[in-house]
Amino acid sequence: MSKKLSEEQYRKTRSFQLKQWLDGTKDPFLDTVEMKPQEEFREDRTVIRERSEEKKRLLEKVYDLEHNAEMRIFQRIYRIFSVIFCVSLVLMLLIAVSNLPTVGAFERPVNNEVAKRYIEDGLDETGAVNIVTGMILDYRAFDTLGESHVLFIATCTVLILLRIDKKNSKDYMEANDRTHEPKNDIILQTVARILVPPIFIFGIYVILCGHLGPGGGFSGGAVIGAGLILYLNAFGFAKTERFFTEKIYKRMSFCALACYALAKSYSFYTGANHIESIIPLGTPGAILSSGLILILNICVGVVVAGTMYTFYAIFRKGGY
Amino acid sequence: MNLANLLNNYEEAVAMILFGIGFSNLLLQKNLIKKIIGLNIMDTATYLFLALKGYIAGRKAPIVVDGVRSVEAYINPIPSGLVLTGIVVSVSVTALMLSLTIRLYRRYHTLDLDEITTRLKKEGL
Repeated sequence: MSKKLSEEQYRKTRSFQLKQWLDGTKDPFLDTVEMKPQEEFREDRTVIRERSEEKKRLLEKVYDLEHNAEMRIFQRIYRIFSVIFCVSLVLMLLIAVSNLPTVGAFERPVNNEVAKRYIEDGLDETGAVNIVTGMILDYRAFDTLGESHVLFIATCTVLILLRIDKKNSKDYMEANDRTHEPKNDIILQTVARILVPPIFIFGIYVILCGHLGPGGGFSGGAVIGAGLILYLNAFGFAKTERFFTEKIYKRMSFCALACYALAKSYSFYTGANHIESIIPLGTPGAILSSGLILILNICVGVVVAGTMYTFYAIFRKGGY
Repeated sequence: MNLANLLNNYEEAVAMILFGIGFSNLLLQKNLIKKIIGLNIMDTATYLFLALKGYIAGRKAPIVVDGVRSVEAYINPIPSGLVLTGIVVSVSVTALMLSLTIRLYRRYHTLDLDEITTRLKKEGL
Protein backbone atom coordinates (compact mmCIF):
# COMPACT_ATOMS: atom_id res chain seq x y z
CA MET A 1 0.00 0.00 0.00
CA SER A 2 1.38 3.34 -0.95
CA LYS A 3 1.50 6.20 1.48
CA LYS A 4 0.20 9.58 0.52
CA LEU A 5 2.82 12.30 0.96
CA SER A 6 2.22 15.95 1.57
CA GLU A 7 3.48 18.46 -0.98
CA GLU A 8 6.55 19.39 1.10
CA GLN A 9 7.57 15.79 1.68
CA TYR A 10 7.07 14.99 -1.95
CA ARG A 11 9.39 17.82 -2.96
CA LYS A 12 12.22 16.14 -1.01
CA THR A 13 11.90 12.73 -2.72
CA ARG A 14 14.09 11.54 -5.52
CA SER A 15 11.19 10.93 -7.87
CA PHE A 16 10.32 14.63 -7.76
CA GLN A 17 13.94 15.49 -8.60
CA LEU A 18 13.89 13.04 -11.47
CA LYS A 19 10.66 14.54 -12.75
CA GLN A 20 12.18 18.03 -12.57
CA TRP A 21 15.29 16.83 -14.37
CA LEU A 22 13.20 15.23 -17.10
CA ASP A 23 11.02 18.32 -17.52
CA GLY A 24 14.04 20.58 -17.53
CA THR A 25 12.41 22.87 -14.96
CA LYS A 26 15.42 22.72 -12.64
CA ASP A 27 19.09 22.59 -13.53
CA PRO A 28 20.70 20.00 -11.22
CA PHE A 29 24.11 21.64 -11.55
CA LEU A 30 22.90 25.03 -10.39
CA ASP A 31 24.36 25.95 -6.99
CA THR A 32 26.27 22.67 -6.78
CA VAL A 33 29.01 23.12 -9.38
CA GLU A 34 31.27 26.14 -9.36
CA MET A 35 30.56 28.12 -12.49
CA LYS A 36 32.14 31.15 -14.06
CA PRO A 37 30.70 33.32 -16.78
CA GLN A 38 32.57 32.60 -20.00
CA GLU A 39 34.66 35.29 -21.59
CA GLU A 40 34.96 35.73 -25.26
CA PHE A 41 38.41 35.01 -26.67
CA ARG A 42 39.83 38.27 -27.96
CA GLU A 43 42.90 39.08 -30.00
CA ASP A 44 44.32 42.18 -31.54
CA ARG A 45 43.69 42.46 -35.25
CA THR A 46 47.40 42.79 -36.10
CA VAL A 47 48.21 39.76 -33.98
CA ILE A 48 45.61 37.74 -35.83
CA ARG A 49 46.97 38.80 -39.18
CA GLU A 50 50.54 38.00 -38.23
CA ARG A 51 49.59 34.65 -36.82
CA SER A 52 47.57 33.60 -39.85
CA GLU A 53 50.28 34.72 -42.25
CA GLU A 54 52.89 32.83 -40.33
CA LYS A 55 50.75 29.72 -40.38
CA LYS A 56 50.17 30.13 -44.10
CA ARG A 57 53.89 30.44 -44.82
CA LEU A 58 54.62 27.42 -42.69
CA LEU A 59 51.99 25.31 -44.42
CA GLU A 60 53.16 26.36 -47.85
CA LYS A 61 56.70 25.45 -46.93
CA VAL A 62 55.73 22.11 -45.47
CA TYR A 63 53.35 20.99 -48.18
CA ASP A 64 55.21 22.35 -51.17
CA LEU A 65 56.23 18.98 -52.50
CA GLU A 66 58.48 20.17 -55.33
CA HIS A 67 60.80 22.24 -53.15
CA ASN A 68 60.47 20.47 -49.85
CA ALA A 69 63.33 18.02 -49.57
CA GLU A 70 62.17 16.43 -46.33
CA MET A 71 58.79 15.57 -47.77
CA ARG A 72 60.38 14.02 -50.84
CA ILE A 73 62.79 11.96 -48.76
CA PHE A 74 59.95 10.83 -46.51
CA GLN A 75 57.90 9.65 -49.46
CA ARG A 76 60.83 7.77 -50.92
CA ILE A 77 61.56 6.08 -47.58
CA TYR A 78 57.86 5.28 -47.19
CA ARG A 79 57.80 3.56 -50.57
CA ILE A 80 60.99 1.57 -49.91
CA PHE A 81 59.80 0.47 -46.49
CA SER A 82 56.36 -0.53 -47.69
CA VAL A 83 57.90 -2.65 -50.46
CA ILE A 84 60.23 -4.28 -47.93
CA PHE A 85 57.30 -4.84 -45.58
CA CYS A 86 55.13 -6.44 -48.26
CA VAL A 87 57.93 -8.68 -49.51
CA SER A 88 58.80 -9.85 -46.01
CA LEU A 89 55.12 -10.44 -45.24
CA VAL A 90 54.76 -12.61 -48.34
CA LEU A 91 57.97 -14.46 -47.46
CA MET A 92 56.75 -15.17 -43.94
CA LEU A 93 53.41 -16.41 -45.25
CA LEU A 94 55.17 -18.62 -47.80
CA ILE A 95 57.34 -20.15 -45.08
CA ALA A 96 54.17 -20.83 -43.10
CA VAL A 97 52.54 -22.41 -46.17
CA SER A 98 55.56 -24.60 -46.78
CA ASN A 99 55.05 -26.13 -43.34
CA LEU A 100 51.31 -26.68 -43.74
CA PRO A 101 49.91 -30.14 -44.52
CA THR A 102 49.44 -30.91 -48.21
CA VAL A 103 46.43 -29.46 -50.01
CA GLY A 104 43.81 -32.07 -50.77
CA ALA A 105 45.00 -34.58 -48.21
CA PHE A 106 42.45 -36.00 -45.81
CA GLU A 107 44.73 -36.13 -42.75
CA ARG A 108 44.58 -32.47 -41.85
CA PRO A 109 43.48 -30.82 -38.61
CA VAL A 110 40.67 -29.04 -40.51
CA ASN A 111 38.90 -32.31 -41.21
CA ASN A 112 37.98 -33.00 -37.61
CA GLU A 113 34.89 -34.27 -35.85
CA VAL A 114 32.91 -31.08 -36.57
CA ALA A 115 32.87 -31.67 -40.32
CA LYS A 116 32.20 -35.36 -39.68
CA ARG A 117 29.18 -34.54 -37.58
CA TYR A 118 27.77 -32.11 -40.18
CA ILE A 119 28.12 -34.63 -42.98
CA GLU A 120 26.85 -37.68 -41.11
CA ASP A 121 24.00 -36.16 -39.08
CA GLY A 122 23.23 -33.00 -41.06
CA LEU A 123 20.63 -34.62 -43.29
CA ASP A 124 18.78 -36.17 -40.36
CA GLU A 125 18.80 -33.04 -38.23
CA THR A 126 18.09 -30.34 -40.82
CA GLY A 127 16.49 -32.29 -43.67
CA ALA A 128 18.51 -30.36 -46.27
CA VAL A 129 20.21 -32.36 -49.00
CA ASN A 130 22.74 -29.56 -49.49
CA ILE A 131 24.84 -29.81 -46.33
CA VAL A 132 26.27 -26.29 -46.60
CA THR A 133 22.77 -24.78 -46.75
CA GLY A 134 21.68 -26.93 -43.84
CA MET A 135 24.70 -25.69 -41.92
CA ILE A 136 24.33 -21.95 -42.55
CA LEU A 137 20.53 -21.79 -42.33
CA ASP A 138 19.92 -24.21 -39.50
CA TYR A 139 22.91 -24.74 -37.23
CA ARG A 140 24.21 -21.22 -37.79
CA ALA A 141 20.95 -19.47 -38.70
CA PHE A 142 21.60 -16.49 -36.43
CA ASP A 143 24.90 -15.88 -38.16
CA THR A 144 23.08 -15.63 -41.49
CA LEU A 145 20.50 -13.31 -39.92
CA GLY A 146 23.41 -11.08 -38.91
CA GLU A 147 24.76 -11.20 -42.47
CA SER A 148 21.41 -10.09 -43.89
CA HIS A 149 21.38 -7.24 -41.39
CA VAL A 150 24.90 -6.25 -42.44
CA LEU A 151 23.68 -5.95 -46.04
CA PHE A 152 20.63 -3.94 -45.01
CA ILE A 153 22.65 -1.58 -42.81
CA ALA A 154 25.21 -1.11 -45.59
CA THR A 155 22.41 -0.01 -47.94
CA CYS A 156 21.07 2.39 -45.32
CA THR A 157 24.53 3.89 -44.79
CA VAL A 158 25.17 4.30 -48.52
CA LEU A 159 21.75 5.92 -48.85
CA ILE A 160 22.60 8.36 -46.04
CA LEU A 161 25.98 9.21 -47.57
CA LEU A 162 24.93 9.62 -51.21
CA ARG A 163 21.34 10.78 -51.00
CA ILE A 164 20.54 13.85 -53.04
CA ASP A 165 17.90 16.25 -51.86
CA LYS A 166 15.17 16.48 -54.45
CA LYS A 167 14.26 19.96 -53.25
CA ASN A 168 17.70 21.25 -54.18
CA SER A 169 16.95 21.22 -57.87
CA LYS A 170 20.44 22.14 -59.11
CA ASP A 171 22.17 19.13 -57.50
CA TYR A 172 19.30 16.90 -58.44
CA MET A 173 19.43 17.83 -62.10
CA GLU A 174 23.19 17.35 -62.14
CA ALA A 175 23.01 13.86 -60.66
CA ASN A 176 19.93 12.82 -62.55
CA ASP A 177 21.32 11.20 -65.66
CA ARG A 178 17.96 10.46 -67.19
CA THR A 179 18.42 13.50 -69.38
CA HIS A 180 21.70 12.16 -70.74
CA GLU A 181 20.82 8.53 -71.31
CA PRO A 182 19.62 7.42 -74.75
CA LYS A 183 15.85 7.26 -74.79
CA ASN A 184 15.29 4.05 -76.72
CA ASP A 185 18.27 1.81 -77.33
CA ILE A 186 16.67 -0.84 -79.53
CA ILE A 187 19.45 -3.45 -79.21
CA LEU A 188 19.56 -3.21 -75.43
CA GLN A 189 15.79 -3.20 -75.11
CA THR A 190 15.35 -6.25 -77.34
CA VAL A 191 18.06 -8.18 -75.50
CA ALA A 192 16.57 -7.19 -72.15
CA ARG A 193 13.10 -8.23 -73.25
CA ILE A 194 14.45 -11.68 -74.15
CA LEU A 195 16.88 -12.10 -71.23
CA VAL A 196 15.19 -10.57 -68.19
CA PRO A 197 12.39 -13.15 -67.72
CA PRO A 198 14.75 -16.17 -67.87
CA ILE A 199 17.13 -14.40 -65.47
CA PHE A 200 14.30 -13.86 -62.97
CA ILE A 201 13.07 -17.42 -63.34
CA PHE A 202 16.59 -18.79 -62.89
CA GLY A 203 17.11 -16.62 -59.79
CA ILE A 204 13.82 -17.82 -58.30
CA TYR A 205 14.82 -21.41 -59.09
CA VAL A 206 18.19 -20.98 -57.38
CA ILE A 207 16.49 -19.52 -54.28
CA LEU A 208 13.77 -22.18 -54.08
CA CYS A 209 16.15 -25.10 -54.62
CA GLY A 210 18.77 -23.84 -52.18
CA HIS A 211 18.30 -26.87 -49.93
CA LEU A 212 18.25 -29.37 -52.81
CA GLY A 213 21.33 -28.41 -54.78
CA PRO A 214 23.96 -25.74 -55.23
CA GLY A 215 22.51 -22.30 -54.62
CA GLY A 216 20.58 -20.48 -51.97
CA GLY A 217 19.33 -17.08 -50.98
CA PHE A 218 22.57 -15.16 -51.50
CA SER A 219 23.38 -16.38 -55.00
CA GLY A 220 19.76 -16.38 -56.21
CA GLY A 221 19.22 -12.88 -54.81
CA ALA A 222 22.32 -11.65 -56.64
CA VAL A 223 20.99 -13.15 -59.91
CA ILE A 224 17.62 -11.41 -59.49
CA GLY A 225 19.39 -8.16 -58.62
CA ALA A 226 21.41 -8.43 -61.85
CA GLY A 227 18.19 -8.95 -63.81
CA LEU A 228 16.68 -5.83 -62.20
CA ILE A 229 19.76 -3.80 -63.10
CA LEU A 230 19.61 -4.98 -66.72
CA TYR A 231 15.94 -4.01 -66.91
CA LEU A 232 16.71 -0.62 -65.41
CA ASN A 233 19.50 0.00 -67.92
CA ALA A 234 17.28 -0.90 -70.86
CA PHE A 235 14.07 0.88 -69.94
CA GLY A 236 15.14 3.64 -67.54
CA PHE A 237 14.00 4.67 -64.10
CA ALA A 238 10.51 5.70 -65.19
CA LYS A 239 9.54 2.08 -65.83
CA THR A 240 11.22 0.49 -62.81
CA GLU A 241 9.63 3.01 -60.51
CA ARG A 242 6.27 1.52 -61.33
CA PHE A 243 7.08 -1.57 -59.29
CA PHE A 244 10.23 -0.86 -57.29
CA THR A 245 10.52 2.33 -55.26
CA GLU A 246 12.28 3.21 -52.05
CA LYS A 247 9.13 2.63 -50.03
CA ILE A 248 8.66 -0.84 -51.49
CA TYR A 249 12.33 -1.68 -50.85
CA LYS A 250 12.04 -0.59 -47.21
CA ARG A 251 8.87 -2.59 -46.64
CA MET A 252 10.26 -5.64 -48.44
CA SER A 253 13.49 -5.67 -46.46
CA PHE A 254 11.72 -5.08 -43.18
CA CYS A 255 9.21 -7.86 -43.83
CA ALA A 256 11.93 -10.30 -44.90
CA LEU A 257 14.21 -9.56 -41.92
CA ALA A 258 11.32 -9.65 -39.44
CA CYS A 259 10.03 -12.90 -40.95
CA TYR A 260 13.51 -14.43 -40.65
CA ALA A 261 13.91 -13.30 -37.05
CA LEU A 262 10.45 -14.56 -36.05
CA ALA A 263 10.89 -17.87 -37.88
CA LYS A 264 14.11 -18.59 -36.04
CA SER A 265 13.20 -17.22 -32.60
CA TYR A 266 10.85 -20.16 -32.04
CA SER A 267 13.79 -22.09 -30.67
CA PHE A 268 13.92 -19.74 -27.66
CA TYR A 269 10.45 -20.97 -26.70
CA THR A 270 11.24 -24.64 -27.13
CA GLY A 271 14.07 -24.74 -24.64
CA ALA A 272 16.71 -22.85 -26.64
CA ASN A 273 17.90 -26.10 -28.13
CA HIS A 274 18.44 -25.15 -31.71
CA ILE A 275 19.35 -28.56 -33.02
CA GLU A 276 16.21 -30.49 -32.12
CA SER A 277 13.66 -29.20 -34.59
CA ILE A 278 9.96 -29.28 -33.70
CA ILE A 279 8.99 -28.57 -37.30
CA PRO A 280 8.41 -31.63 -39.50
CA LEU A 281 11.34 -32.09 -41.83
CA GLY A 282 9.60 -33.91 -44.65
CA THR A 283 11.24 -36.27 -47.09
CA PRO A 284 14.75 -35.17 -48.06
CA GLY A 285 14.84 -34.12 -51.70
CA ALA A 286 11.28 -32.81 -51.89
CA ILE A 287 10.81 -29.08 -52.43
CA LEU A 288 8.69 -28.69 -49.29
CA SER A 289 11.15 -30.32 -46.94
CA SER A 290 13.83 -29.43 -44.40
CA GLY A 291 11.68 -27.35 -42.07
CA LEU A 292 12.18 -23.61 -42.23
CA ILE A 293 15.12 -23.52 -44.64
CA LEU A 294 12.95 -22.73 -47.69
CA ILE A 295 11.32 -19.74 -45.94
CA LEU A 296 14.66 -18.47 -44.68
CA ASN A 297 16.17 -18.80 -48.16
CA ILE A 298 13.32 -16.72 -49.63
CA CYS A 299 13.80 -14.02 -46.96
CA VAL A 300 17.54 -13.84 -47.59
CA GLY A 301 16.99 -13.77 -51.36
CA VAL A 302 14.57 -10.84 -51.10
CA VAL A 303 17.02 -8.86 -48.97
CA VAL A 304 19.98 -9.56 -51.29
CA ALA A 305 18.07 -8.75 -54.52
CA GLY A 306 16.86 -5.46 -53.07
CA THR A 307 20.34 -4.61 -51.80
CA MET A 308 22.01 -5.21 -55.18
CA TYR A 309 19.48 -3.06 -57.03
CA THR A 310 19.60 -0.35 -54.38
CA PHE A 311 23.41 -0.13 -54.50
CA TYR A 312 23.23 0.35 -58.26
CA ALA A 313 20.45 2.92 -58.13
CA ILE A 314 22.11 4.96 -55.39
CA PHE A 315 25.54 4.94 -56.99
CA ARG A 316 24.05 5.95 -60.32
CA LYS A 317 21.90 8.86 -59.30
CA GLY A 318 21.69 9.08 -55.53
CA GLY A 319 18.31 7.58 -54.79
CA TYR A 320 15.56 5.80 -56.63
CA MET B 1 61.74 -23.65 -45.46
CA ASN B 2 60.51 -26.86 -46.98
CA LEU B 3 60.67 -26.23 -50.74
CA ALA B 4 59.21 -29.55 -51.85
CA ASN B 5 56.18 -29.04 -49.63
CA LEU B 6 55.83 -25.47 -50.88
CA LEU B 7 55.65 -26.80 -54.44
CA ASN B 8 53.05 -29.33 -53.32
CA ASN B 9 51.01 -26.52 -51.77
CA TYR B 10 51.41 -24.23 -54.74
CA GLU B 11 47.69 -23.25 -54.62
CA GLU B 12 48.09 -21.88 -51.13
CA ALA B 13 51.31 -20.15 -52.15
CA VAL B 14 49.37 -18.41 -54.94
CA ALA B 15 46.81 -17.25 -52.37
CA MET B 16 49.59 -15.79 -50.23
CA ILE B 17 51.20 -13.99 -53.19
CA LEU B 18 47.79 -12.56 -54.16
CA PHE B 19 47.43 -11.32 -50.59
CA GLY B 20 50.82 -9.62 -50.85
CA ILE B 21 49.88 -7.99 -54.17
CA GLY B 22 46.69 -6.64 -52.67
CA PHE B 23 48.47 -5.35 -49.58
CA SER B 24 51.19 -3.59 -51.56
CA ASN B 25 48.44 -1.99 -53.66
CA LEU B 26 46.84 -0.77 -50.47
CA LEU B 27 50.10 0.75 -49.25
CA LEU B 28 51.60 2.16 -52.45
CA GLN B 29 48.71 3.46 -54.50
CA LYS B 30 47.66 7.04 -53.96
CA ASN B 31 44.38 6.76 -55.80
CA LEU B 32 41.59 5.84 -53.39
CA ILE B 33 39.75 3.63 -55.90
CA LYS B 34 42.94 1.64 -56.52
CA LYS B 35 43.35 1.21 -52.77
CA ILE B 36 39.84 -0.25 -52.61
CA ILE B 37 40.71 -2.59 -55.50
CA GLY B 38 43.79 -3.71 -53.51
CA LEU B 39 41.61 -4.47 -50.49
CA ASN B 40 39.30 -6.54 -52.69
CA ILE B 41 42.27 -8.53 -54.03
CA MET B 42 43.21 -9.30 -50.42
CA ASP B 43 39.64 -10.49 -49.78
CA THR B 44 39.82 -12.78 -52.81
CA ALA B 45 43.10 -14.27 -51.62
CA THR B 46 41.48 -15.08 -48.28
CA TYR B 47 38.57 -16.84 -49.99
CA LEU B 48 40.96 -18.87 -52.11
CA PHE B 49 42.90 -19.94 -49.01
CA LEU B 50 39.72 -20.87 -47.12
CA ALA B 51 38.30 -22.83 -50.06
CA LEU B 52 41.61 -24.74 -50.33
CA LYS B 53 41.43 -25.57 -46.63
CA GLY B 54 38.16 -27.42 -47.21
CA TYR B 55 39.24 -29.20 -50.39
CA ILE B 56 39.97 -32.90 -50.29
CA ALA B 57 41.28 -34.45 -53.48
CA GLY B 58 38.88 -36.68 -55.42
CA ARG B 59 35.79 -35.89 -53.37
CA LYS B 60 32.54 -34.23 -54.30
CA ALA B 61 30.72 -31.12 -53.12
CA PRO B 62 28.77 -31.74 -49.89
CA ILE B 63 25.38 -32.39 -51.50
CA VAL B 64 23.99 -35.75 -50.51
CA VAL B 65 23.42 -37.92 -53.60
CA ASP B 66 21.79 -41.37 -53.49
CA GLY B 67 21.81 -41.39 -49.71
CA VAL B 68 25.59 -41.71 -49.40
CA ARG B 69 26.37 -40.21 -46.01
CA SER B 70 29.90 -41.20 -45.09
CA VAL B 71 32.67 -38.69 -44.40
CA GLU B 72 34.76 -40.34 -47.11
CA ALA B 73 32.44 -39.13 -49.88
CA TYR B 74 32.41 -35.36 -49.46
CA ILE B 75 34.74 -32.39 -48.93
CA ASN B 76 34.72 -30.37 -45.72
CA PRO B 77 31.59 -28.13 -45.71
CA ILE B 78 32.69 -25.68 -42.99
CA PRO B 79 35.10 -23.46 -45.01
CA SER B 80 32.43 -23.07 -47.72
CA GLY B 81 30.08 -21.53 -45.17
CA LEU B 82 32.85 -19.25 -43.90
CA VAL B 83 33.61 -18.02 -47.45
CA LEU B 84 29.93 -17.16 -47.90
CA THR B 85 30.01 -14.97 -44.80
CA GLY B 86 33.21 -13.28 -45.97
CA ILE B 87 31.79 -12.46 -49.42
CA VAL B 88 28.72 -10.77 -47.95
CA VAL B 89 30.75 -8.65 -45.56
CA SER B 90 33.26 -7.64 -48.24
CA VAL B 91 30.44 -6.53 -50.59
CA SER B 92 28.99 -4.32 -47.86
CA VAL B 93 32.38 -2.87 -46.89
CA THR B 94 33.28 -2.16 -50.53
CA ALA B 95 30.00 -0.33 -51.11
CA LEU B 96 30.56 1.73 -47.97
CA MET B 97 34.13 2.65 -48.95
CA LEU B 98 33.09 3.61 -52.48
CA SER B 99 30.33 5.86 -51.22
CA LEU B 100 32.76 7.57 -48.82
CA THR B 101 35.15 8.04 -51.76
CA ILE B 102 32.37 9.68 -53.78
CA ARG B 103 31.72 12.08 -50.91
CA LEU B 104 35.43 12.95 -50.71
CA TYR B 105 35.54 13.53 -54.46
CA ARG B 106 32.55 15.83 -54.32
CA ARG B 107 34.26 17.90 -51.64
CA TYR B 108 37.86 18.02 -52.95
CA HIS B 109 37.53 17.12 -56.65
CA THR B 110 40.43 14.69 -56.47
CA LEU B 111 40.98 11.05 -55.58
CA ASP B 112 44.64 11.50 -54.60
CA LEU B 113 44.90 10.76 -50.90
CA ASP B 114 48.00 12.96 -50.38
CA GLU B 115 46.32 15.92 -51.98
CA ILE B 116 43.21 15.41 -49.89
CA THR B 117 45.21 15.33 -46.64
CA THR B 118 47.20 18.38 -47.71
CA ARG B 119 44.04 20.31 -48.46
CA LEU B 120 42.58 19.18 -45.15
CA LYS B 121 45.60 20.50 -43.25
CA LYS B 122 45.60 23.73 -45.21
CA GLU B 123 42.01 24.27 -44.18
CA GLY B 124 43.24 23.92 -40.61
CA LEU B 125 41.09 20.96 -39.67
